[in-house]
Amino acid sequence: MMSALLQQPGYEEERLQTVSKKLPCREVQAGMLLSLMATPVRYPSIFIYGHQSSGKSHVLNVLLKELELPHATVSCVECVSVALLFEQVLLSFFGCDAASLLPRSPSLSDFVRIYRQQSSQSPAKQTRYIVEDNVTVILLSEIVWDRFRPNTGCFEPLLLHFPDYSKGELQHILAQDRNPSYSDEFYSAYINILLGVFYSVCRDLRELRHLAALNFSKFCEPLAEGKVKETDTHKLWRNIEPHLKKAMQTVYLREVSSLQWEQMQQMEEKENGAVRGLSAHTHVELPYYSKFLLIAAYLASFNPARTDKRFFVKHHGKIKKTNFLKKNEKTSNHLLGPKPFPLDRLLAIFYSVVDSRVAPTASIFSQISSLVTLQLLTQVSHGDQIDAPKYKCAVSMDFICAISRTVNFEMIKYLYDFLTYQA
Amino acid sequence: MQEEKVFYSEPQPIRAGESVKAGSRHCWQSTLPAKIENASETYSLSIMSKRKAKDAPLPVGECISQVQDILRKRLCHQQLPDTPEGVEAQHKHLLELLKRTAVHGESNSVLIVGPRGSGKTMTDDRIALQEMTRQLHLENVVGDKVFGSFAENLSFLLEALKKGDRSSSRPSAQAPVAVVGVTCRLDVLELLEKRVKSRFSHRQIHLLSNPTFSQYLERVQTQLSLLDDFPDETFAQDWNASVKTLCEDKSVEDALERHYNSSKNFRSNHMLLMLCLSRVSVAKPVIKPADLLEASRMCLIDAQANMLHGLSILELCLIIAMKHLNDVYEGEPFNLQMVHNEFKKFLQRKSNSMYNFEQPVIMKAFEHLQQLEMIRPVDSSSVKTQREYQLMRLMLDNTQVMEALQKYPQCPTDVKQWAMSAYG
Repeated sequence: MMSALLQQPGYEEERLQTVSKKLPCREVQAGMLLSLMATPVRYPSIFIYGHQSSGKSHVLNVLLKELELPHATVSCVECVSVALLFEQVLLSFFGCDAASLLPRSPSLSDFVRIYRQQSSQSPAKQTRYIVEDNVTVILLSEIVWDRFRPNTGCFEPLLLHFPDYSKGELQHILAQDRNPSYSDEFYSAYINILLGVFYSVCRDLRELRHLAALNFSKFCEPLAEGKVKETDTHKLWRNIEPHLKKAMQTVYLREVSSLQWEQMQQMEEKENGAVRGLSAHTHVELPYYSKFLLIAAYLASFNPARTDKRFFVKHHGKIKKTNFLKKNEKTSNHLLGPKPFPLDRLLAIFYSVVDSRVAPTASIFSQISSLVTLQLLTQVSHGDQIDAPKYKCAVSMDFICAISRTVNFEMIKYLYDFLTYQA
Repeated sequence: MQEEKVFYSEPQPIRAGESVKAGSRHCWQSTLPAKIENASETYSLSIMSKRKAKDAPLPVGECISQVQDILRKRLCHQQLPDTPEGVEAQHKHLLELLKRTAVHGESNSVLIVGPRGSGKTMTDDRIALQEMTRQLHLENVVGDKVFGSFAENLSFLLEALKKGDRSSSRPSAQAPVAVVGVTCRLDVLELLEKRVKSRFSHRQIHLLSNPTFSQYLERVQTQLSLLDDFPDETFAQDWNASVKTLCEDKSVEDALERHYNSSKNFRSNHMLLMLCLSRVSVAKPVIKPADLLEASRMCLIDAQANMLHGLSILELCLIIAMKHLNDVYEGEPFNLQMVHNEFKKFLQRKSNSMYNFEQPVIMKAFEHLQQLEMIRPVDSSSVKTQREYQLMRLMLDNTQVMEALQKYPQCPTDVKQWAMSAYG
């Protein structure tokens, strides 16, 4: 289907048709860009924004390539310094001779001078484009223009928005790369189911495409076994849906690599997710005292200091119930995150949770600092390193519970947040 | 842009003689920005200069491409009008001053102040001096001499100018120099150092053009109309008539008034007209009111709302939870745990297992929001705290969220109701 939006004088019909074929659901934007780029004179800079994989660079690349416009594409992530940026632009316009003209640490004026010099030597017939994920300068970004504007202001570029793909459009695009050995309807039914599971979480075309490619073989499985016919979508859906839900918890989060996921699909008996993902490997083997130090740090971080007496002193005398559980402290500490604590408090709690007598040797202190380097603890105050440092505990609840189980310590009993009334 | 207009229309010999006072970077901006801006603008070569006999009617396609060419040149600042409009007095003032420098050999300094227009780059002194050398065509004189200080270098340059072969063309009493500074900051004088400030003549030209709406409207019309030298006269007449009817249209006038109220800047106006122009094609050889309204909509649309439209439902739910947290705790920063907790409260109330996502999935959505800069960490030390406890702030306001929710395609009703309810 040739869209009327993509018609522009000066370009052959055929070329425009190949362009429009390559840009499904993006005719409006491509037409807009084309009309802005149509004549030799055009707007100095265009800023294109839109979500991840909404086809920003794809549309532009296809347009520039197919219509053979002279352009330089530069990724600003790669160019860590301006020198690299200038070099790349000159390189792709004029070849390496021009790029070598740049001085060691080029300034903007150097670049402009060389650019002019070169362009007068080898005049181009058309406007040159510099595309930069940033002479029409076209800038591509995921972040809106308002966040880029410098506070002294600048030349305002022409803003263009690439809207997100709707569900229908996503389905249309995803259905294009179907497997040739199956029918069209079959594949689009599969895409439909896939979108049903993932659409509420993910609208990234690239991610969805990846997931579609990964899980298709599982979808076809009952077909190959001869259990179900192609038209029996309900049965196929029943087969694939739990599988896709599992995929959301594993592949989508990169818990399990795509390769592992494919292997898992081949081993049918093995339940999906039986392979332990990345996050399951959180168990860390620590020395005995380090474990207790970490436990003590966790308690110090998540319990308010005024409750220490109640928890850790054996004969604490009478503490009023009402006083102890203050009603206004409604928000749990596990919601607010860890609080910093001084070293003294950590040691005090440590001595009271460890049963045996421990001497404060150098090894204890070095274990604390090695916990910091392992990023299980973080040091909060930087100014006074030796004198009364403050720490924060940086491990999760699950992690600390697993550790305390290995040393037979009942964590929950000592946590203020999980305290039930027992006086 | 107007500053440059004034600047360009000056007679040539004076321009070449401009220079810089040591240390005052602001005066500098007169030379560089013009260069830089031009280079970043499109580099166009094929200029259609086919002049056909005036009375022979051209085919429509030809006419349209001519129109596009002429108007785009005008709108993209490639071609400036010969005389500045609306700033005649300032223009005269500057002309007088520069004449005095050129003819009588007086040294002058002047500062042109106006809203946004030019001069973005502040380069350092060394580059500035190199650039000056280049523009004065003195590279061969300077050679590879090494100078001790900036002043030494500058005085050498001026000396070279004096005895140079072209010195006959310029007065050589005491190296007369006109320093023309161009800036958009009203407080430039406060930025100058005290010693520089005392040497500066405190002559300022303010280019605060303040057109009335009727002037604005007139300008739009003149910007779009074709001049008499257009090859096809009948087409030009038709075009101008269509532009006239366009500008008299009530809805167009309203739209333009909206633009006028938001900014009187001609650049934003040019952007609008450029968008209109890009919709003109052979099939539709006139600008219709609908085109202008569409272009105006494109200009004025809230970009953040556009981005909100493309979020997944989970991300939208998180934003609503953040909005509630903001309402309850009066703008205190929050972390992922709190947001998740708020979201869980909603799920419990609804007992809807549809959105029962696990923490890592939520974390991924949360990080995507951070990537889009819809939320921002309070302190940038990301290594020190765990990801779920990092304090964040929402960069959207309530009306934006609510509006996005109204426009969101197939938004579930319970989510909408949750967002409406005052406190979660």
